[in-house]
Formats: sequence, C-alpha cells, structure tokens
Amino acid sequence: MAPLRIMYFAWLRERTGRASEDIPVPDGVQTVGDLMAWLRARDAGHQAAFINPRLVRAAVNQVFAGPDTALSPGDEVAFFPPVTGG
Amino acid sequence: MAVVRVQAENFDPGAEIAALGANGAGVGGIASFIGVVRSDARRPLLSLTLEHYPAMTLSAITDIAEQAEMRFSLCGCTVIHRYGTLLPGDRIVFVGAAAAHRRPALEATEFLIDWLKTRAPFWKKERLKDGDEEWVSALEVDDEAAARWGSG
Repeated sequence: MAPLRIMYFAWLRERTGRASEDIPVPDGVQTVGDLMAWLRARDAGHQAAFINPRLVRAAVNQVFAGPDTALSPGDEVAFFPPVTGG
Repeated sequence: MAVVRVQAENFDPGAEIAALGANGAGVGGIASFIGVVRSDARRPLLSLTLEHYPAMTLSAITDIAEQAEMRFSLCGCTVIHRYGTLLPGDRIVFVGAAAAHRRPALEATEFLIDWLKTRAPFWKKERLKDGDEEWVSALEVDDEAAARWGSG
C-alpha cells in the first residue's frame, strides 16, 4: 500500500515522540484496527501509545472512524485519546 | 448560517450575543453558554493548554452547528472554541443560538455544548501549581449527556 500519513495527538504524540509520520504499511494492514496492531509492534514509543487500544480513538481523512474502517493508499489517519474540549 | 471560529484569541460574549440577535425580525430568543478555565481549591491550576487537530476541527464543529440549526429550526448559531495556553478565569468556548422562541434557543445551546464535548477534536492538558502536568480524561457523564440527543 502507498504510504499513509499518520498523525498523533495529546499523549499519543508524546509517547510516540512525533506529531506525524508518512510510512508505507504492509498489504495485510487493511483497517484502522490492523494499523493500530502493526504500529504497536514498531518500537517502545508506539507500544506505549497503543498499550490500551480502548483509550485510543481514530479519524480517517478527518472523519471519526472505528477499528473496522478500511484504509486506502494515501489516507490521513489520526490517533488520539477521547476528546476533552468544550 | 452558523458562525464557527477556532482561534487562540479571546472573544467578546456581548458582541457575539448582539450578532446573534441580528438574524432577522423572526428572532424571539437568544441563549448562550460560556465555558471558563476552572481552578480547584484542592488542586490549584497554573494553566490549561488546549491542543486540537486543525485539519478536522473546523469541519467537525461546522457539522455540529449545522445539525443544531436543523434540529431546532434556529435563526442562527455561533460556536467559538479557543486553543493554546489559557489561565484560570479565561474563556474557552462560546456557544449561542437564536430562535423564534426560548425553548429551541435554550435546548440548542445545551445540544451544542454537549456535542462539542464529545465530537470536537480538542484535548486539554493541565499544569498544576505543584508542578504536575496531566491530560484531562474524558468523562462518562459527558458521553451520557451527548447520547441523550441521539446519534446523527
């Protein structure tokens, strides 16, 4: 698959040590849930960010998305904690 | 038309309420809510920093505001959300609604703030006077408040 743009916010940004990254992912990574599992195995920072998937929310191309949402080449996928604005 | 602004700067609630009133002769009531940075006596706060997802924030809030306009037949509504570092007492958010009658104006205001809390991509980090820093956790009570309006 063509590279995805992956973005991190709040404590996911702090734990991964980056605000965004463009990375090619293997063909087996087809959904948001697949991507979370694959990212988690990358290094200690990603593992810390995704240690509890229930606390992680996602958006694909700036729209909230669940773990079953399918990914397409070039998508912007954001990971963040449950929102706390207002 | 909904007015939506995401900004670092402060806002003038009086000017925003006056602008809501200028939505035509059909306006019979205007309601508003202002969220303010709170410090707890047992956990004194130094500052609050709001992070957001710039590419998504405006469209997510516009979507919420348009839902409110439709559901409550509003004459107009305004949502202003600040980001960056704020101090206790600073304003964070303004929501306001103008309608023909009081009930839709009041209900739309409540709907807007409930949905903002669970659907707008903002995250708050607290810096406490004792030196601690922590991300604010989402509250189940906020999810419940948003859920009573149904999905959409």
